Amino acid sequence: MSLAPSLFTSPILASATLLHIPDGFLNLVISLLCWLISLAVLAGAVRSTQRQFDERLAPLAGIMAAFIFAAQMINFPVAGGTSGHLVGATLAFIVLGPWLGMLAMTAVIASQAIIFQDGGLVVMGANILVMGIVPGVIGYGIYQMSRGRSRAVQLAATGVAAWISVMAAALVVALLLGASGTTSLSVAIPAMLGIHALIGLGEALITAAALSFVMQTRPTLVQDGAAVGQRRWVIAGTLVTLAVLLLAPLASASPDGLEWVAEQTGFLDTAQNAPYNILPDYTLPFLGETGVSTILAGLIGALLVVGVMFGLFRLLRRPRQAS
Amino acid sequence: MHANTFDRFEHRHSLIHRLDPRVKTVITLLFIVANVLLPDGAWLAFLAAWAFLLLLTVLADLPLFYAAKRSFIVLPFTLAAITVMFTLPGQPLLSWQMGSRQMMITDAGLLRFVSIVIRSWLSIQMAILLTAVTQLPDLLHALQHLRVPRILVAIISFMYRYLFVLADEAMRLLRAREARSARGWAGKSGGTIWWRARVAGHMVGQLMLRSLERSDRVYNAMLARGYDGRLLTLNPHRMQPGDWLAGVLAAAVIAGIQLLGRLPPI
Amino acid sequence: MPVFHHRADPIIASPLPAGAPVIAVHGLSFAYSDGHVALHEVSIDIHAQEKVALVGPNGAGKSTLMLHLNGILGQHDNGRVQVSGMPINRANLPHIRAKVGLVFQNPDDQLFSPTVFEDVAFGPLHMGFAEPDVRARVERALGQVGMEGFGERLSHHLSIGQKKRIAIATVLSMDPEILVLDEPSAGLDPRARRSLINLLRQLPITMLVSTHDMLMVRELFPRMIIMDEGHVVADGPTPALMSDAALLEAHGLEMP
Ligand SMILES: Nc1ncnc2c1ncn2[C@@H]1O[C@H](COP(=O)(O)OP(=O)(O)OP(=O)(O)O)[C@@H](O)[C@H]1O
Ligand SMILES: [Mg+2]
Repeated sequence: MSLAPSLFTSPILASATLLHIPDGFLNLVISLLCWLISLAVLAGAVRSTQRQFDERLAPLAGIMAAFIFAAQMINFPVAGGTSGHLVGATLAFIVLGPWLGMLAMTAVIASQAIIFQDGGLVVMGANILVMGIVPGVIGYGIYQMSRGRSRAVQLAATGVAAWISVMAAALVVALLLGASGTTSLSVAIPAMLGIHALIGLGEALITAAALSFVMQTRPTLVQDGAAVGQRRWVIAGTLVTLAVLLLAPLASASPDGLEWVAEQTGFLDTAQNAPYNILPDYTLPFLGETGVSTILAGLIGALLVVGVMFGLFRLLRRPRQAS
Repeated sequence: MHANTFDRFEHRHSLIHRLDPRVKTVITLLFIVANVLLPDGAWLAFLAAWAFLLLLTVLADLPLFYAAKRSFIVLPFTLAAITVMFTLPGQPLLSWQMGSRQMMITDAGLLRFVSIVIRSWLSIQMAILLTAVTQLPDLLHALQHLRVPRILVAIISFMYRYLFVLADEAMRLLRAREARSARGWAGKSGGTIWWRARVAGHMVGQLMLRSLERSDRVYNAMLARGYDGRLLTLNPHRMQPGDWLAGVLAAAVIAGIQLLGRLPPI
Repeated sequence: MPVFHHRADPIIASPLPAGAPVIAVHGLSFAYSDGHVALHEVSIDIHAQEKVALVGPNGAGKSTLMLHLNGILGQHDNGRVQVSGMPINRANLPHIRAKVGLVFQNPDDQLFSPTVFEDVAFGPLHMGFAEPDVRARVERALGQVGMEGFGERLSHHLSIGQKKRIAIATVLSMDPEILVLDEPSAGLDPRARRSLINLLRQLPITMLVSTHDMLMVRELFPRMIIMDEGHVVADGPTPALMSDAALLEAHGLEMP
């Protein structure tokens, strides 16, 4: 991690952490799976936002997304040459409410990918999941548990929430990389968690300090922001936390986490080596090892690419119809 | 320093710049997907993909290695893939003793690692190219045509507009902090970590309040011009025959590269 | 958001009786939500084609008053503010907003779209014009402020002076009958300021302009209103008020 800041001294790239997965590091099946989950959740966000009939929401969420982006530039030295800065999901969810916060984080991630290539395009679904949905839902859920308590308790809970949310995000990145066959889980999980324990500390401190500032100067802001459906989000946050926490030891306890996950969940078996297993040995089994078979396999591979694109756009269309 | 120097669009009047943004977006995604699908060690296909990319760069009137020079942002992430060299079963290429552990790089592992890095490197170059030849507003129109929900497009468009304004504000805050702290912030600086975090957190909080106030004023400015909840835009882009042709050609090339990557080694 | 509000049937504004003011403010008071009273019993009449300057120290309430003139503040004031004879209420708002072009103090608030074209087109689009009309209006408005050919430019790449001019174009494209400008000449270089003055001089519409630029007031506005601490403290012909040194000094203004 300490490599990133020294490589990119430009403050606007301060956000280039290991949480922004570039294209090429996840295989297609995992990428699409993540898109599927992210789109399903975002469809819910779009629907619920539109149901509120509040014309203010679009400029509010857009400008707050720009704020998260700009706030990521504000850093402070933590230790050993690393500097802490905001990732932002927990803060965005607290201030904007979960649904709008989710949309704002999606905008942040999309812009970082499109404008600065900070994070890939085809893996954007995964990045939205990792940096927007998972940490936001977890952070917000934990924060919600502390509502109604004293200010100190709320701030402490916010800090803990922010820290856990970053750790969870790091864990999910490791799992995705492992499942894609890009890294071995037994190495990736401890490495990612170790690095992000420190990054999470920055996130925790800044989120809590920012919230404390807002509580002092504009207390009404954090009070009416999140009156709706509190219980639901506490439960959602708990469930996501549990899911992530359960996956981790299970995956890393086995001698080779990757193999284990692949064995346990049959579909990941295909995922691990997508190009090979979809068209084994570049040939079609029923035609045997002939030249025709090889060329046909190539053609099918090419068609597959087109098909995937088609599917992608069909998926993109879905949330629209829902609204 | 003005934040808008970070805008990556390159003003040119090339063939590629004039293409419909939808074609450019879809082709970029197609290229990246196809890349990810290429098998490990498909060197010829990797090379062909890069050649295609360079061809596009030239057609876009950009310096030949424009994208390559900006592609190093993936570097830190390659660290994440290094482990695969050691863990993938295969013929040992290199092995040494490290402490009590026997470290071993396998041929399959090395092949996988290099392939991952190349795929990623090709993908990011394509993304860099897309950004250099398409203004973000056009890209947003493309997204809208491609059925991304209107509210999300609107949020990204507001974000893009105010990103630079707020980044400027953040930089002013950072400069003010620098000016007031005698020992500077770059290295070890005064105060405990708590104190430093508090200062940074208050800056973030301040920026947040200003942003909220700004969103109020922007909303007012929209109201003043008749905004009633509908976000209307003109759709300036119409697919021309040339756009279709370019799209089909590019897709054919990408499919060809895929074919090349899956031909049996000679 | 593609949310369609059902609009009440348009109210046909009863034609304004001859000689009636197009902007009529009577006994308007206003307090912000934090309790700060920004306007005290403000009354102003402005007639068609009048060009009026609004001056006063920082915090006098100029911007607050302007926000009332197209219903951003004070929608529930029961007719204390009337535009073209219409009281400001929900049903009248679309008409009033089409009539009153309000340009905000900070162009970064006024220009909220990524490109200049989209910003200048925003008003006409939301007034319901068809695409060719919108394009024609954008062309014309950009021409009026001397920024033709800037349509495809990105707003955040513009200089302050250019932003200010585009901000004015964003309301000129709506063909307003009344132009309300909040400090249009602040931050302009001499040449940009000069072309702004020429532009305002040429526009044959009613105008209320807040400014700290006393030279511009003297050159361009036959009538001037002085505000201080939420009160209208003077309202009259510019030459007369300008020559009252005691009055100007009492309200932190300087004779040009
Ligand atoms: N959103 C707000 N909330 C609370 N108070 C406000 C708000 N906006 C303005 N005020 C207060 O109302 C008073 C009038 O402000 P206003 O902006 O109308 O002054 P102005 O005459 O336009 O000043 P300037 O010349 O600085 O633009 C000021 O005291 C200001 O602090
Ligand atoms: Mg003002």
